[in-house]
Amino acid sequence: MSLQIWIWIIVGLTFALYIGIAIWSKAGSTNEFYIAGKGVNPIANGMATAADWMSAASFISMAGIISFIGYDGSVYLMGWTGGYVLLALLLAPYLRKFGKFTVPDFIGDRYYSNVARTVAVFCALIVSFTYIAGQMRGVGIVFSRYLEVDINSGVFIGMGIVLFYAILGGMKGITYTQVAQYCVLIFAFMVPAIFISIQMTGNPIPQLGFGSESTDGVYLLDKLNGLHQELGFSEYTSGSKSTLDVFLITAALMIGTAGLPHVIVRFFTVKKVSDARKSAGWALLFIAILYTTAPAIAVFARTNLIETVSEKDYSTMPYWFKKWEDTGLLKYDDKNDDNIIQYLGDEQLNELTIDKDIMVLANPEIAQLPNWVIALLAAGAIAAALSTAAGLLLVISSSISHDLIKRIINPEISDKGELIAARVSAFFAVMLAGYFGINPPDFVAATVALAFGLAAASFFPAIVLGIFYKKMNKEGAISGMLIGILSMLFYMTKFKFGWFGGGSSEDWWFGISPEGFGTIAMLINLIVSITVANFTASPPEKIIKLVENIRLPSDDEEL
Amino acid sequence: MKNNKAEIYWKKNLRYLTILLSIWFLVSFGFGILLADQLNEIQFFGFKLGFWFAQQGSIYTFVILIFVYIFLMNRLDKFYRSKK
Repeated sequence: MSLQIWIWIIVGLTFALYIGIAIWSKAGSTNEFYIAGKGVNPIANGMATAADWMSAASFISMAGIISFIGYDGSVYLMGWTGGYVLLALLLAPYLRKFGKFTVPDFIGDRYYSNVARTVAVFCALIVSFTYIAGQMRGVGIVFSRYLEVDINSGVFIGMGIVLFYAILGGMKGITYTQVAQYCVLIFAFMVPAIFISIQMTGNPIPQLGFGSESTDGVYLLDKLNGLHQELGFSEYTSGSKSTLDVFLITAALMIGTAGLPHVIVRFFTVKKVSDARKSAGWALLFIAILYTTAPAIAVFARTNLIETVSEKDYSTMPYWFKKWEDTGLLKYDDKNDDNIIQYLGDEQLNELTIDKDIMVLANPEIAQLPNWVIALLAAGAIAAALSTAAGLLLVISSSISHDLIKRIINPEISDKGELIAARVSAFFAVMLAGYFGINPPDFVAATVALAFGLAAASFFPAIVLGIFYKKMNKEGAISGMLIGILSMLFYMTKFKFGWFGGGSSEDWWFGISPEGFGTIAMLINLIVSITVANFTASPPEKIIKLVENIRLPSDDEEL
Repeated sequence: MKNNKAEIYWKKNLRYLTILLSIWFLVSFGFGILLADQLNEIQFFGFKLGFWFAQQGSIYTFVILIFVYIFLMNRLDKFYRSKK
């Protein structure tokens, strides 16, 4: 069967599955719409969290990025998994015990202030919108590459699907489609990886494969380091970024992960506190399967690529080379007119430029795997983008219908009215996200890092101090969140968009990149919060009781 | 009596957190970043050890840490609820 038919069949089947689940899990109350009626099994919630968390970028781009930057790519691997340890130990169980619907709920109630609540809503909206625009774009790109429709139609199809199951099912619908999407995406990611690992090393487990000997008896990583040295690239297993910057970027990604509202809210959906802990464990396990395979794919793809193209005659290049050349993602420029491909670390002499996304997408073709594997990969990439978009969408709609309308503007609103408001805001959020997907602002790529920095600089200290520091008061939390966010915004806009006089990487303070600055902004927030709290009135007795209460497991739970 | 128990519960919880987060810091920021160059002198199967911690070992440790935490806290919850 041809590739095109395979893709339509597999992608069509997965879509039918998502829609079927949505109809089966229609939400009837705000409780179901926001937090799935608190009835989600911890393992299912772990899968849903994993799908929610792993976006199109994790699925398509991450292995490719690591493939090009080697050791330096570790910041993503450690940063995007280590945050779950913070989540499980410092946030999830306590927020579940607190037992409301959203992150601004916690901030507003703990700091007995609607100003704090509004600041939190504002942060949640910024973080989620910058993220969702990228996801819709991702859906469009995957569609256009595989289904031969243009990017805009791809975005429309994606919007239609998400709209249907998010509006109908709310968190309940999203949760169970995410479970299905996790299964699709992990299967799609692992099958090619296992095939290639067997081909290159004889070991079916990719995590072990990339530390094994390749077919010619040399350790694969030693061989790759050798190739890199020969061609003038920096050594694969050691980095070129400064240690300080690697440290700070990793920390910012970890803390940002633990502060992202669409991840935190998943822990509100389980039955009890111990289930919140359990689902954090399962979530990380499910994520780790992909995150420990990605660096293996990176090494396989890199070695494969160099061996296929380096110093080879252009006319002998396989079919996929020409195909990706047509898309513009692969460019060959024969600088010395010898018809032989020189792929070198030296910019002046290098003749081949490769887009990082190719590494995962073309991997099955490079390894000559059957058509159904390639079709599966397309379905997996779409599942990854849709699941993350849906999770973000829910945060946006609940921020508006619950935090703004119910808690601030009109507390008298009925449950039914709030449910309608939630669905209407979800509808407009999809429209807006679709608009950004079709007309992507230039800063999308830059602002994904900004989203992490913002989450780290705003939510994380406010939530952690709210639980672990009883004397933390509203003055401290509000000033901390504002100063944290503003310093992050300042540094990012200065060095990313050239505002406030701009500056290049030589002007970075102490050589800290904007991505790593999230850690510094988080520390600023922490210091400001604690200092201000010590000079202002303690929180009321009622709040201290609340904090004491969320620290303990509830009494009414069965053991 | 109950308050006393709550206090013990919280203190123990904080001790678990300190120990587990120290390990969390050691395997990622320690072995994977600050000490990576020194550890890279050691060969671990086909990997350099610092590189392995940064791209594999730290992630496995994270998963184990959370499951150890789940076990410890479930035990602590049981203690808290016993002999009310």
